[in-house]
Amino acid sequence: MISNTQLELTAYKIRKHAIDGVYNAASGHPGGSLSIADILSVLYFDEMNVDPKNPANPNRDRFVLSKGHCAPALYGALAERGFFPKEDIVTLRKTNSYLQGHPDMKGVPGVDMSTGSLGQGICAANGMALAAKLDGKDYRVYTILGDGELEEGQVWEAAMFAPHYKLDNLVAFVDFNGLQIDGDITEVMNPTPIDKKFEAFGWNVAVIDAHDYDQIKAALKNARKTKGKPTMIVAKSVKGKGVSYMENNAAWHGNAPKEPDYITACNELNAKIKELEAKVNV
Amino acid sequence: MSDIKKIATRESYGAALAELGETHDIIVLDADLSKSTKTEVFKKKFPDRFINMGIAEANMMSTAAGLATCGKIVFASSFAMFAAGRAFEQIRNSICYPNLNVKIGATHAGISVGEDGATHQCLEDMGIMRTLPNMIIINPADDTEAKAAVKAAVEHDGPVYLRFGRLGVPVLFDNNYKFEIGKGVQLKDGNDVTLVATGLLVGTALEAAELLKNEGINARVVNIHTIKPIDKDIIVKAAEETGAIVTCEEHNIIGGLGSAVAEVLCENAPAPMLRVGTRDVFGKSGKPAELFEEYGLTAEAICAKAKKAISLK
Repeated sequence: MISNTQLELTAYKIRKHAIDGVYNAASGHPGGSLSIADILSVLYFDEMNVDPKNPANPNRDRFVLSKGHCAPALYGALAERGFFPKEDIVTLRKTNSYLQGHPDMKGVPGVDMSTGSLGQGICAANGMALAAKLDGKDYRVYTILGDGELEEGQVWEAAMFAPHYKLDNLVAFVDFNGLQIDGDITEVMNPTPIDKKFEAFGWNVAVIDAHDYDQIKAALKNARKTKGKPTMIVAKSVKGKGVSYMENNAAWHGNAPKEPDYITACNELNAKIKELEAKVNV
Repeated sequence: MSDIKKIATRESYGAALAELGETHDIIVLDADLSKSTKTEVFKKKFPDRFINMGIAEANMMSTAAGLATCGKIVFASSFAMFAAGRAFEQIRNSICYPNLNVKIGATHAGISVGEDGATHQCLEDMGIMRTLPNMIIINPADDTEAKAAVKAAVEHDGPVYLRFGRLGVPVLFDNNYKFEIGKGVQLKDGNDVTLVATGLLVGTALEAAELLKNEGINARVVNIHTIKPIDKDIIVKAAEETGAIVTCEEHNIIGGLGSAVAEVLCENAPAPMLRVGTRDVFGKSGKPAELFEEYGLTAEAICAKAKKAISLK
């Protein structure tokens, strides 16, 4: 079993890729990418059955980034996992790059669904989980939604659907960082209480710290044991996690850092990576 | 025409699904309208492969996309209004952009819906769907063509929009009728004018051709069942050989067959062209036949346009 320190190290490498990608693109969404890095690390390095050498294996577990604008983090995780060269991260959002601004399943190895338009990813994940049930297969399906994304009506159509068809092979995360483009989610259009709403819709619900590996792992373990219900993991996160000036600041939802800020971010992330590497190598 | 057998193409849709379900891994989704869309025929035969989505078209289209990524041939069914209209953006981003194998079975298209009125009479769907890359659009004219279209859609790997009607329409074609996606069919030869028709108005165009014949006008009739990709060759040939075109559709004259044919003619073989269809207005409640009269979707209306088109040569 992979250690929490190793997972955290991978998460910080994912964060570094995300910042590198967004900086080189001079556009993109760093805040929400940084907040989901720990969850992605656990999913791709501990939880999911995926094989970079056979990304289309019909029996693989699936992942759908419903909050598709956080593609920089997903690309970071896929590159770390070996789905494509890490060097390609800097081509993010550039003309002729396969790394589109939002995930394109036809172009990026390891991307299971094209997303970007909010609300649709969780529905597609439902479809995948249903397909597994129809075929009697045991693969599992994972998705991450944004907390602001919950304002899309289609999410609640999906929230009704998954328990109705007993999709216990589906795990959805809400990246509950509390901020959306225009500000605090409770001021823009309050989706809370998120946990109680999904409970009322018939989901198995856990509320966790999105940056605590024991809690992420425990919630995923519990999801596997839960029969007849999909699992919703409400993951309380820090938007911009890992880069001091981006933390809890909605201004970094969809803005790329310019050079001085980029250098600060690199210094902070590299220092953390060095520290974690030292711990791993002890 | 009363002695001619009439079948609504939505009936053909249900029957075709039930038949093709025996040989293909088809999953059918419906949004609480299976009795009306006739997907209930499939549901009765293959209950495990029928998924009721409830009244939630947006979720239906994106769920269909997810199923398709796992190798399923998915049919997502609702009324044309709610399929093409309400769920447009899901069709665009979750289905057409990744080019997934989802077929949209859209019934109750056009004013022939009748009494339900404007909110349910979709006259825009072909126009909306035509703007989407990767989308194929088929608007069958009768029972034979509708069944053939469903089969062709199953055999095609990628998104297809199938447009069906609620109203019983004459069976025009026998079992020898050859259907190929993207290939128009010349139903009657003629050299004075060409009636280019689709869907429910194909039968009406054939009637119009008979009326014109009585007046000494020799009209060609071309059936365009595939709105996209449109059969450019048959339209250019018609323009060059007959010199005048009238398009006939149960759809707004903006965006549908009329627009598609005009685009072909403008770029390849400019010729006088007039459009029969609803003229940028909403429908309303009423009996289909009365609505056809009021909105100018009759054989007589086609004849008048044909004569006008000839005069413009």
